Amino acid sequence: MLVRTEKLKKHFMIGRGQTLHAVDGISLTIDENEILGLVGESGSGKSTFGKALIGLHPKTSGEAYYDGERLPDRFSTKDHLHYSKQMQMIFQDPYSSLNPRMTVLDIVGEGPGIQGQQSNSEIRDKVAFWLERVGLNADHMSRYPHEFSGGQRQRIGIARAMIIEPRFVVCDEPISALDVSVQAQVINLLDELKQSMGLTLLFIAHDLSMVRYVSDRMAVMYLGSMAEVGPSNDVFFEPQHPYTQFLVESNPEPDPNLERRRAFKPIVGEITSPVNVQAGCRFADRCPKVMDRCLVETPDLIALPGDRQVACHLFD
Amino acid sequence: MDTILSVKDLEVEFATYGGTVKAVRGVSFDVTRGETLAIVGESGCGKSVTVQSLMGLIPMPPGKITGGTATLNGKNILNLPPAEANKFRGVEVGMIFQDPMSSLNPTMTIGDQIAETLKVHRGKSDQEAFKLAVELLERTHIPEAPKRAKQYPFEFSGGMLQRAMIAQSLACNPAILIADEPTTALDVTIQAQILELMLELQRTENMSIILITHDLAVVARMADRVAVMYAGQVIESGTVDDIFYRSSHPYTLGLKEAMPSNTHDRDKSLSPILGSPPDLFKPPVGCGYCARCPYAMTICAEHLPTATAISESHEARCWLHHRTAPDIEELHQLEDQDAG
Repeated sequence: MLVRTEKLKKHFMIGRGQTLHAVDGISLTIDENEILGLVGESGSGKSTFGKALIGLHPKTSGEAYYDGERLPDRFSTKDHLHYSKQMQMIFQDPYSSLNPRMTVLDIVGEGPGIQGQQSNSEIRDKVAFWLERVGLNADHMSRYPHEFSGGQRQRIGIARAMIIEPRFVVCDEPISALDVSVQAQVINLLDELKQSMGLTLLFIAHDLSMVRYVSDRMAVMYLGSMAEVGPSNDVFFEPQHPYTQFLVESNPEPDPNLERRRAFKPIVGEITSPVNVQAGCRFADRCPKVMDRCLVETPDLIALPGDRQVACHLFD
Repeated sequence: MDTILSVKDLEVEFATYGGTVKAVRGVSFDVTRGETLAIVGESGCGKSVTVQSLMGLIPMPPGKITGGTATLNGKNILNLPPAEANKFRGVEVGMIFQDPMSSLNPTMTIGDQIAETLKVHRGKSDQEAFKLAVELLERTHIPEAPKRAKQYPFEFSGGMLQRAMIAQSLACNPAILIADEPTTALDVTIQAQILELMLELQRTENMSIILITHDLAVVARMADRVAVMYAGQVIESGTVDDIFYRSSHPYTLGLKEAMPSNTHDRDKSLSPILGSPPDLFKPPVGCGYCARCPYAMTICAEHLPTATAISESHEARCWLHHRTAPDIEELHQLEDQDAG
């Protein structure tokens, strides 16, 4: 186990005494050299979880451990410097996550520069190596981000994270902004880097099919809480939590015959507001199998056979 | 078949500082009553520009429709003077967009915006129009419609806004609804709701839908017929089954292999399409896909392939379907053998 969180919470104070429960007690483990896929609708807190984990947000409460070591609740500059050698992040938007005033050399070389101990020419060689490694032309390192396409920019973002040679990378929707044909390029690249560098990845996305394909285990979040965790294929093909079942049923397949056969009843309603959440199951107001207990008692993750966990009173 | 809209050899260009971009290069398709035509393609392939030019939504200049015709119910709708265009836009053809937040007026209530359509096109009074607007919101299953009609766009969620947009586009009972990436910005559960709503309205109103999307799964769910676009051209068209089960253009095949499938071969690795689409400042002389195509031949770079009929409903623009060309299935098998 490389990464572990224990009841991790991240709340935002949004004024007038209101609290937004973005991440509300997530306990999760990620094994070494594993890809853990984290899925959920927008507003479910998956990105906030990723950021709180690696110290981009201070934690409200709960703990996070990396390689057995407890991570500080609030990262100091020194902590960032220390942990960024181990943990990196790839961001969703390849446009706003690259500084338009910096050249690719500056962007990708910034990390090693800050970490020190390397001369400029060493950094330059390293940047060239990594650009080639992610499938870009090293001669383009003096260009600016606007001269690249979306897929190429995402590769710059990947090179920026990988040049540090981290052990753990949080990929926050790394392919959502890309076209289908380019998505596969980026996925294969991440997979290849995982194999060759022994990386551990937290892969955040909302595309269920892609997450099932990419990850070893899948975790489903709903409104700041964990609904279900387990091996990807099991969670996708035999979802247990009523929310996961809806999510899988809503996910269209690129197969017309299958779509024609689909007994289609879209889930009613929308994700509720994470502001001032009360006790009880977060999904209770949309759940077709809701019981009295669900409205008052927050379900904990219950272990099921086959390395699966589900947070639902139905399994108690 | 009852053809409502017929587009022939549409060409659209944009003048930019860098030169002229040939965004749409000879696109033809027909839409019949009550069917859904999906236009699929990657960003920059010209799918949105195609429908925007039909609606007269291309700013001219810099845009220019340089060729082709589009006939709606027997009348050419391209290059109409603005007054003429306003008469059919929103009446015979309704349109919804990817980002409903920026397509609705933030300073008007939802009800007033829908009512405006009815006042302009149907000459309804303020009160009548607002009442009808509430009914339209109810038809798109917006809960508490009378209350919601008095709210502003910022008070709606993304899914609800898309419902409101659909309500507005239905105001004049259009024969065709153009939906430009209607669910791209939405979560899968909300996407499922909106797609279901569109299917339901199509059944009750006997409306045709032109669905612009990049998502093949949405196409599989919604479409009767599909046109696949690449580099400003339709490179393959046919029924949804033709496109998915008898894919004939290497680009369509490539797209299918680049996405994970949850049905069969579920752990087959993804094969990305290498490279990127051609620069439409200088469109290639031959096939637009030639530089990325694993089956490219010499002729592909030199001559633009013509559309070849594969069956009565199915066409592909690829030299591999010329009668003297090698068989793509055989090429595929050979490749698999090599890989194995």
